[in-house]
Amino acid sequence: MKIEFTLNQQPIAVDVDPMQTLLMTLRQDCGLTASKEGCNEGECGACSVLVNGQLVNACLLPIAQVSGNHVQTLEGLRQTEKGQCVINALLEAKGVQCGFCSPGMVLALYVLLEQHPQPTEQQVRTALSGNLCRCTGYSMIVDAAFIAATKGAGLW
Amino acid sequence: MDTVDARFKWLEANGEAQYIADRHYDGLLEGRFYRSTCSRGYIKAVNVPELPDGYYLFSAKDVPGTNRLPIVVPDWPAFADTEVRYIGQVILLLVGPDPLVLEQLLTQVSVEYEPLTPAYTVAQSKALVDGAIHNQDNLFDAHQIDKGDIEAGFAQAVTIFEETVTTGYQEHLYLETQGCVGYVADSKVVIEGSMQCPWYVYHCMSTVLGHQHIRVIQAPTGGGFGGKEDYPNIIAGPLAVAVNQLRQPIRVVLERREDIAFTSKRHPVEFHYRTGVDKHGQIVAMDIKFDLNSGAYFSLSGIVLQRAITTATNVYDIANVRIQGQAWCTNTVPTGAFRGFGSPQTCFCIESHMNHIAQQLGQAPLAFKQAHLLTNQSTTLTGASIFGELVITDLIEQSVSASQYLAKRAAYAAQSSQGAYRKGIGISIFQHGCGFAGDLEDTLVKAKVRLIKDQNEQVTILVSNTDIGQGLVLTFRQIVADTLALPLSQVDISVVDTDSVPDSGPTVASRSIVIVGYILEQAALALKQQWQVGEYQEIEQDYQKPSYHQWDQINYQGNAYQSTSYGVNVVEVEVDMASYEVKINDAWGCYDIGHVINEQIFNGQIDGGMVQALGYGAMEKLELNGEGVFAQKSMADYMVPTSLDVPRIQRSLVDNPYPYGPQGAKGGGELTHNGAASAFVAAVEQAVGQAFNRIPVTPEVIAQTLTNEPQANIKRIDVAEVTNEN
Ligand code: FES
Ligand code: FES
Repeated sequence: MKIEFTLNQQPIAVDVDPMQTLLMTLRQDCGLTASKEGCNEGECGACSVLVNGQLVNACLLPIAQVSGNHVQTLEGLRQTEKGQCVINALLEAKGVQCGFCSPGMVLALYVLLEQHPQPTEQQVRTALSGNLCRCTGYSMIVDAAFIAATKGAGLW
Repeated sequence: MDTVDARFKWLEANGEAQYIADRHYDGLLEGRFYRSTCSRGYIKAVNVPELPDGYYLFSAKDVPGTNRLPIVVPDWPAFADTEVRYIGQVILLLVGPDPLVLEQLLTQVSVEYEPLTPAYTVAQSKALVDGAIHNQDNLFDAHQIDKGDIEAGFAQAVTIFEETVTTGYQEHLYLETQGCVGYVADSKVVIEGSMQCPWYVYHCMSTVLGHQHIRVIQAPTGGGFGGKEDYPNIIAGPLAVAVNQLRQPIRVVLERREDIAFTSKRHPVEFHYRTGVDKHGQIVAMDIKFDLNSGAYFSLSGIVLQRAITTATNVYDIANVRIQGQAWCTNTVPTGAFRGFGSPQTCFCIESHMNHIAQQLGQAPLAFKQAHLLTNQSTTLTGASIFGELVITDLIEQSVSASQYLAKRAAYAAQSSQGAYRKGIGISIFQHGCGFAGDLEDTLVKAKVRLIKDQNEQVTILVSNTDIGQGLVLTFRQIVADTLALPLSQVDISVVDTDSVPDSGPTVASRSIVIVGYILEQAALALKQQWQVGEYQEIEQDYQKPSYHQWDQINYQGNAYQSTSYGVNVVEVEVDMASYEVKINDAWGCYDIGHVINEQIFNGQIDGGMVQALGYGAMEKLELNGEGVFAQKSMADYMVPTSLDVPRIQRSLVDNPYPYGPQGAKGGGELTHNGAASAFVAAVEQAVGQAFNRIPVTPEVIAQTLTNEPQANIKRIDVAEVTNEN
């Protein structure tokens, strides 16, 4: 079935099983591998993408439901000033260890800062709570939110 | 000199790092394992459907070399041949282009077994129903250490405490599941994958293939924590057989549920303590027995056993000790390496036992522990003198003052027993031996490193140690750059590829910095002395055992590790007395890892290790069901801490340079997992006024303990009349 949507600001059409997940479509049919598969059942957040600006687990979303919507992945976000601001903050905070959760974390931090340009620790932790990280114990990822808020003052 | 590298992990943060599942290979086929559905039995027949064109099946019959993977001893078959020993053991590898067709074909395979009675627990293993699984007695390994005179020690005791303390399985839950791709290039069978120890994979491939036209390359690895020490061999063995025959690229990436169900886990352990205390409240004898459930194959259990035995008394100087440790074969998933490698189990159990004795004696746990600490004059459990300065008392002082432990402990002891929320604070003291056990670095590993300097004065590090998230490549570059007084940008590190890097040993046992980093520092010093501008130069350097290090591997006597790192953790909790939910309000970690090379990198290890250990103590429940498989099947069932479950860790260090480590550093990656579970449980014990003798301590466990009969587990025997004052 042919499905049309916007991917990182570009219109795109894919011809796949409508039940195929957005994650599989991105990784296999679109060649975009920044979104990772950590569990494939909505538990880890490694597959996080933005659909109409909302953080969603791409592994849970059948591609048919994406039809006509705006999808943004890290491949798109990293081209923007806000995206680079979050990425640089995450690197500066040393919030990347193995890096497998990092793409999802960047998107989660971005959504947080869009909503709360000056977040509290509790707001940051709540915003990240759907994204598991087994390496960092989270504090340095939390720090990244504050660094991005400060360094990106005016952006958010 | 640069100490930070803004580009470090840049590819990962930008989503450009190519993990194994992200890589493109022309003509890539997928591989899926057919796994045993029988815990124990003989394979009578394997019935396979007719395969469509382009689909292939591999089994033990296809192994051109030896069908036994040499992990420590060659006992784990690449493909099960005559017998199966656990549910999930690999019997077949199915290969073809379409994963959906593969899944369908898997459902059409059937295996007929002649089943035997399985043993899932140590007790069942000892019972030998239907005979032994392994040898005559199911005993994989056993060792004993005697220090002092245990009988004479107990003769001085006025009170004897007997207690059993147990720890459960723990799943690594690295965020990237296990996976490898195999292909042929330049007539070599190449395996790329998510792994800690490429040379281990190399040796396994050469054994199953019977030749050495092979090459192993590490892909970016999404976490390991020990879990990618042995299991990549289990994938690469069968995969190499298929690639060797088909000469086409094949990928095997495990699904999350498959990874949780069938990859190696942390050993569950049951410690039995019998401890004698004299009339002054001093421990005079400890008789310790423990059993490890090793699962179906030996894998790394011998080394885990050795660590658990040689560090059984943790940081305490006990005059008379007997320790007997045994590792048992069962029909369960083999247990293997997990950050700490026997130490988190040992540290939790002994710290809990010490706390419980102190409570029984009416003493404060910290004071009781302080009265038994190792000192610079002590002789270790394995009969060695202490090398270097011990700073355990500084660690304690620093932790106590940072956390206000004493004041809080007193305040929480006085809180109302009727409160809806009750607070508690706990402390743990612990150690971790760095590097391979005993002197195996010298007798077994024999690490080698290489440095290359090119005509443009650019230096490249060649080692087989992998960065699996712990930031190793940055620390290695920093060691070499600092020694050569070069900017960090002038020092690169090679991808770990067995075609180009020497065998500097596996990435395990907190050895990468203290052992390999030190050899690198030596190599850099040599290069500095011989530096010739504009010339290509190569320096190779081997491991050399420090002269003080003596070890007897048969009798476990001498320096159990080349060096030992230490730590103190404090954890503060608040328990909701209606729901028994525990909120971890604060956690402190103070460490002696010699001299830290890159504090920010090590802080990341402290945070990550302590949070894993808090998970281990508080929530990570993994249990076998009646069929010998784990009841927890997915990330929804096996819970690890989220950002809301843990506080910001308050970290600190005590500087204590070690003369045989790079820039004075010792190991630290595993140490950070050893203490937090015990400090957490001690805090919960204070809050709810009950002792626990197993982890995890979940709200359900607290509820059971408080509502049912409390488990008065520690047994107190007063022997004063019999043996005292005679
Ligand atoms: S892969 Fe989608 S939530 Fe884990
Ligand atoms: S950095 Fe490894 S999972 Fe987050």
